[in-house]
Amino acid sequence: MAVIPLERKPLTLSERAYLPQIASGLKTTLKHLFAPNVTLEYPEQRPAIPTGYRGVPTLVKDPHGREKCVSCQLCEFVCPPKAIRITPGEIPPDSATAHVEKGPQAFDIDMLRCIYCGLCQEVCPEEAIFLQQQYSMVGYTREEMVNHKDRLYELGGTLPDQHFKWDKKKAAAEHGNAH
Amino acid sequence: MFDFYFNLPFWLRSVLQGLAVIFVIFPLAGACSLAERKVSAWIQGRPGPNRAIPFWFAWVPVLGPLLQRLGVFHLMADGAKFLFKEEPVPGHVNKFYFILAPVIAMIPAFSTVTVVPFGAYFDPSHRLIPLALANVDIGILAIFAVSSLGVYSLILAGWASNSKYPFLGGVRASAQLISYELAMTLSVIPVFLWINAPDAPATLSLATVVEFQSKPGFWGGTWFIFAMPLSAIIFMISLFAETNRQPFDMPESEADLVGGFHTEYGAFKWSLFFVAEYSHMIVGSAVFTLLFLGGWNPLPWLSLAKFAELVHLVDQPLILGLVSIGIFLGKVVVLLFFFMWVRWTVPRFRYDQVMKLGWQKLLPLAIFNLIAYAIGIAVIQK
Repeated sequence: MAVIPLERKPLTLSERAYLPQIASGLKTTLKHLFAPNVTLEYPEQRPAIPTGYRGVPTLVKDPHGREKCVSCQLCEFVCPPKAIRITPGEIPPDSATAHVEKGPQAFDIDMLRCIYCGLCQEVCPEEAIFLQQQYSMVGYTREEMVNHKDRLYELGGTLPDQHFKWDKKKAAAEHGNAH
Repeated sequence: MFDFYFNLPFWLRSVLQGLAVIFVIFPLAGACSLAERKVSAWIQGRPGPNRAIPFWFAWVPVLGPLLQRLGVFHLMADGAKFLFKEEPVPGHVNKFYFILAPVIAMIPAFSTVTVVPFGAYFDPSHRLIPLALANVDIGILAIFAVSSLGVYSLILAGWASNSKYPFLGGVRASAQLISYELAMTLSVIPVFLWINAPDAPATLSLATVVEFQSKPGFWGGTWFIFAMPLSAIIFMISLFAETNRQPFDMPESEADLVGGFHTEYGAFKWSLFFVAEYSHMIVGSAVFTLLFLGGWNPLPWLSLAKFAELVHLVDQPLILGLVSIGIFLGKVVVLLFFFMWVRWTVPRFRYDQVMKLGWQKLLPLAIFNLIAYAIGIAVIQK
């Protein structure tokens, strides 16, 4: 490695006297005194959430209002802190979406355990669970910090995708080519 | 009203005046802590404390939110917190001296105020009467003598706490305060050499110093900061060291000594140290104002007498007294702001740098300054 010899200049008189240096420092701090504040005053002002932000995990519905989760439990298995607990259930045969066969009876995410890693979103084959922009979770009890199914859908809303995978599957089955 | 007041017995008047001054100094010291937080915040680009507000005060339009933004109510919230929170006394301390230390801290902090003149008015025969609790002739000497007692509270606190950090803090406090007292005392001697003309009765009174800065003519009206800049600089630097302010924050030095001498203290006892420190700052700024910034004279070369004639207040002792106090306090507040401003500008010195600066730089400089001015004054006043 090349050695670059640096010449150390002796301090000038004004540098050794130190007071002119302090004066220039005072000028800098005075400038900061009158500069606008950089603080975001949180509860009144909210930060702009960038796209791709990993906030609270939520469940979403498709544009027809069908819950997309089919309770395959992959997210439950992949969840590193075991924050997700799913009770699988069957969709009743008289329902309009009976061809999907399964849906969650209960879906709980314990936000005291969740580490916001996003693996559930990554693993979901149905695009049913998303980490969205919600970043503020508060509650007075441990029970309040568990998001149940209705709350998860309330937070999640609707995903405006146009796949309608199950409807296409049903139509295909009715035309005789099941796969 | 005046007659009633001046007919009161002397001791009652003294007590009333003393209480009046303490009731100004104590809240002022508290307000300093708030100002410190606000100034720190502004320099660091933050809004600072701006949340606390009594709910009923929030209904006052404009004024309520304004005071809330200025954090005025945090002052009361802080004070109430210090009063009502639990005061644990660690088991390993010497309880008597541990509790005595903050009490002793208050004594020099408040007793130095007595000899500081803080305003002036003209009596019916147009003679200037300085306003002070005790306008004694030994003025500056009394202040130096009493304020240096302040270090005893720090040593006592550090020793009584019976643990390492407070002990080191106490040792540093004593070393630092003794070192800088020398330079400080030497730096003001030229001022008193100048005001004590030969053959005139000698005085160390601070009011006389101000009188000398309010004489007519170019040299008479010059504030001593212009006439003796080196003295002013040395005095200012020593003042920073004496009041334990950054960059001379050795006794406290929260970075390397946790909290220095007050590591083991909490709640109200801690806040007493705090108030004592700010009172020292206020008195120090007041003395600097008197010695070098012309005291209650509004501007250089514009003395209070001329100012009173300009605004026709010579025959209004009450109003002129209040105006002069206002001018004086204004200068003190500017100096207090300067203290806070420097705090966020200059990083703290190392302990050896503090000692080197005190003994090897300031002390010889102060001696040189004294000799130079002594010769100069001897030549002029001969």
